[in-house]
Amino acid sequence: MTEALLSVDRLRTYFFTKAGVCKAVDDVSFAVDGGEVLGLVGESGSGKSMTGYSIMGLVDPPGRVVGGRILLAGRDLASLPAEEMRQLRGNRIAMIFQDPMMTLNPVLRIDTQMVETILAHEKIPRAAALDRARAALVQVGIPSPDARLKAYPHQFSGGMRQRVAVAIALLNRPDVMIADEPTTALDVTIQGQILYEMQKLTRETGAALIWITHDLSVIAGLADRICVMYAGRIVEQGSTAAVLRAPRHPYTRGLLDSVPGNAPAREKLKQISGMTPSLIELPPGCAFRSRCPYATAECEETPEMRPYGAIGQSIRCFHPLSQP
Amino acid sequence: MIAAADPRSAVPLLELKAASKQFVTTLDLSARIANVFGAGLREEVVQAVDCVDLAIGEGEVVGLVGESGCGKSTLGRLAVGLLPLSAGARFWRGQPLAGLTPAAARERQLKMQLIFQDPYAALNPRLSVIDLVGEAPVVHRLIGQRQQIEYVGLQLNRVGLDPTLMRRFPHQFSGGQRARIGIARALAVKPEFLVCDESVAALDVSIQAQVLNLFMDLRAALNLTYLFISHDLGVVRHISDRVVIMYLGRVVESGPAAELFATPNHPYTQALLAEVGKLEPKKRRFVPVKGEIPSPLSPPSGCHFHPRCPYAMPRCTEIAPPLEEIAPGRWSACYLNDTGA
Repeated sequence: MTEALLSVDRLRTYFFTKAGVCKAVDDVSFAVDGGEVLGLVGESGSGKSMTGYSIMGLVDPPGRVVGGRILLAGRDLASLPAEEMRQLRGNRIAMIFQDPMMTLNPVLRIDTQMVETILAHEKIPRAAALDRARAALVQVGIPSPDARLKAYPHQFSGGMRQRVAVAIALLNRPDVMIADEPTTALDVTIQGQILYEMQKLTRETGAALIWITHDLSVIAGLADRICVMYAGRIVEQGSTAAVLRAPRHPYTRGLLDSVPGNAPAREKLKQISGMTPSLIELPPGCAFRSRCPYATAECEETPEMRPYGAIGQSIRCFHPLSQP
Repeated sequence: MIAAADPRSAVPLLELKAASKQFVTTLDLSARIANVFGAGLREEVVQAVDCVDLAIGEGEVVGLVGESGCGKSTLGRLAVGLLPLSAGARFWRGQPLAGLTPAAARERQLKMQLIFQDPYAALNPRLSVIDLVGEAPVVHRLIGQRQQIEYVGLQLNRVGLDPTLMRRFPHQFSGGQRARIGIARALAVKPEFLVCDESVAALDVSIQAQVLNLFMDLRAALNLTYLFISHDLGVVRHISDRVVIMYLGRVVESGPAAELFATPNHPYTQALLAEVGKLEPKKRRFVPVKGEIPSPLSPPSGCHFHPRCPYAMPRCTEIAPPLEEIAPGRWSACYLNDTGA
């Protein structure tokens, strides 16, 4: 764990609301190395985005990181003063959001925004910064970069805006990139283009990539390893091949069975009954037990993450599936 | 350009013939004043749906696929009559739907219902479920006011909701439950034909599976016919008998779902299917389709797909290829199928 570029250790992010404490991220641990793609998969409310925001130090009140460590090359980001964190953010770690308009300022030209990102972290001449911005646009496959630098965000299509957001994330050659569903709002053919660029970039730059998504089929072709999240906790973790071919946690199995296109056409899908529990004042124990066909009295205790199976998965379950 | 009707039924349940829809942005006062001074501003016309033939047989599930801006939602709205046609005609069981008396039109119209994409926006937040689901059947005199509670209870049961929740308001439900309320509302007026416009797109995977199963159960129980609009090819492949692919207002390919997914004919369909994520844990090399989706305001000449097509020929840029039958039940609009040329 200490070897990894970024390691998250027992991270807890809680929201203190009037209705009660919401454990958005509860005891999450994982590690990711340079050049590696880690997929963080879960449904809405599973805490996958909040894990990303916690790493970036972007959790706003009433939310707070209440425990755990986030080690980036040995430095604990969770206990870093705000000013030091600001120097790292957008520099050593960068984030790409689902909606590129969250990254882009609509009233500033692209070149202004890109140069500003560089000069915030480095003292180099403006011309050099502009050159680097241009190179970044070329890197993400934007045609005629000189003309595009002079354009405003509204002059770009959705796919092009997302490319600009990726280019901005790349500007300071970060060690870790966190991508929060960057292709969800895009059309399939445009999604394919972005995935192609991201795959190429991780190979070229050697940066670690954390890809947050609800779409298992996107992650299947992209990630080296997968963490499956449910109700704030990682329930299964392992290599992409292991998790998708031989899932051990009943939730992962259910999620895979729910994907249409995986099942024979026009037959009923094997659905997970019920719905995700509310995270506010979630009772102890396995959060999945009310929907789980294998649940027993034992599941009222919270299971710990433990290794299981021959191919290096770990799961948080008392009743792992022996037959994948 | 005639798409085949389902061979199982001679007369299709709903048929659109040469249906077109244009949206025109009329010039506002300031633009008209500017024109007086010679600004030369023109009305902008979007050809959202361009001469589309669509026939849906009774009991059939037709999947309508396309990317954003291709006109699939507009076509769905034309099919249920929510938007008037700019050109073309609609037929219900072979009878034209134009020129009916208001009473007759209303009676036909009740047989067609639309289920919307966003379960949050489609329900009036100030109405309780009993009014959302029970208002239309009372207004249309399908039931009396006194039967409303019992009737709404039956409708909720059918979509898997607890009838004791009927006094609640939309904000008290989860996304999946709201989708079920939307379905119950559409079914409450006893329709025969449902247009589902991205009805599962906003739902999580596990909830989406539940709602898809519900759609399939209801189809079997009530002999429903669906036009299932989606950008998600996995969903469409799962639920549809026949698939229609649209690109920038035109149908580029249609055919039985299994055959179309096995051997896509049109280059656009091929590109679209290549992008479908598979749950194969293999490091995939993503090979992108080049280029952007052109603006429907100024679509490319000839075949709309030619600027992105790897097989484009000179004549693709001139005249759009007609939709032709390439095999029984399979239609494609591409010059590559022209063996004689």
